[in-house]
Amino acid sequence: MKVVVDMNKCQDHGQCVFAAPDVFSFDEAGRLAYVSDPDDALRDDVEEAADVCPLQAIRIED
Amino acid sequence: MGAPIVVAGASMAGLRAAEQLRAAGWDGPITLVGDEPHMPYNRPPLSKEVLAGKAPFESLAFRPRASVSDVEWRLGAKVVAADLARRIVELHGGEVLPYAGLVVATGMRPGRLRCPGPVDGRHTVRTLADAQGLREALTRPGARVVVVGAGFIGCEVAATAVALGAAEVTVVDPLPLPMMGPLGELLARALLKRHKERGVRFALGTGVAGFEGDDRVTGVVLGDGRVLPADVVVESVGSVANTEWLEGNGLDLADGVLTDEHLRVGGRPAVVAVGDVARFPNARYDGVPRRVEHWSIPTDTAKHAAKVLAAHLAGADIAPAPFAPLPTFWSDQHDFRLQSFGAPVLGKDDVRVLDGDLDGDVLAGYHQGGRLVGVVALGGQAAAAAAARYRAELLKQPALTA
Repeated sequence: MKVVVDMNKCQDHGQCVFAAPDVFSFDEAGRLAYVSDPDDALRDDVEEAADVCPLQAIRIED
Repeated sequence: MGAPIVVAGASMAGLRAAEQLRAAGWDGPITLVGDEPHMPYNRPPLSKEVLAGKAPFESLAFRPRASVSDVEWRLGAKVVAADLARRIVELHGGEVLPYAGLVVATGMRPGRLRCPGPVDGRHTVRTLADAQGLREALTRPGARVVVVGAGFIGCEVAATAVALGAAEVTVVDPLPLPMMGPLGELLARALLKRHKERGVRFALGTGVAGFEGDDRVTGVVLGDGRVLPADVVVESVGSVANTEWLEGNGLDLADGVLTDEHLRVGGRPAVVAVGDVARFPNARYDGVPRRVEHWSIPTDTAKHAAKVLAAHLAGADIAPAPFAPLPTFWSDQHDFRLQSFGAPVLGKDDVRVLDGDLDGDVLAGYHQGGRLVGVVALGGQAAAAAAARYRAELLKQPALTA
């Protein structure tokens, strides 16, 4: 699974961090960091994260 | 092929319901009926980025999951009636659709002021077309803007109008402070101060008695007799549930459509309601059915309702835990954000500053019976992050009534 976040859209709401903490996190500076090729077992979590992003900035490719 | 699940309403809640029905195993046909001509799109930017011209209208479209590529979209079509006993809905124009399951996702429309005066120049913000029209009006040089209603949308639109360079922006509300309902007095007072510092004027504690002007609005007459000159009026005075089409089925439609603890409607397991039209009890709190207009609710309700409906149609006997979402909302205004978790509205009589101070980044805690029931952050990223740290605690709590 490939995850892409449009960082131009991201406004640091952090809803994805709640939904998929193994994939999304905030770095020391408070900016979003994420795993771009998470294990397929995390697909439900990542789909949830994409759903709850207020800016709809998360895309799942394949 | 059997009858479809008909999803009445093709906005965010309708889309999420269709996606979640697939995720819950329903592989039969799905038909979505929506009165707007557009595919589902994200509404929050309509009062902010899109209104400000920072994001194009096209950027709002949701990307439907691949699992719903085979559903039928009936856009620009409106459900006008339903006979739940016969399992049919009727579209404008007379077409009748039989259904195996029905998802009520028809949402809300803006409430309107009923006082006398011209209609031209008065705007609402709910749809793409609304936002396009309002943007045109706000970007005319020297526009004097009166926003009626100091709730979420009113406060956001006022902030955007100031940023767009409107000559005057005045917010009118019968209550003494902006966003008094969701925030309570302490934060509402801090919010008022921030808006004033950024150029928004307020006429509070008074309603609107009428509009001046012949063909179009030139002024807003307040309840206290003052007249505010206006080229553009924005009415953000609450919303009305689109439930007329459900009348005649013996349902409680007093404010949205009443559901049980699994979002089922009228004791009929084949009918569920999702999104802000659903008036549901939240098992996390007092069990009193309420409609909730937060952005997170379409997704939360769709997930639960789709599971329940798909299981019923498959003849499966499931007994999920009652629907108990943790509410969350945000609002971006000027250069700051409001971010909430939990149910601050239940704890407005006991509000404490948990972190920061009211002039900077601040986090307020709302308590009932001494227990934290919600938090609201006001400020920048640090305040929102502080609110997020309380989310786990709010999630862990058992129901207040337990």
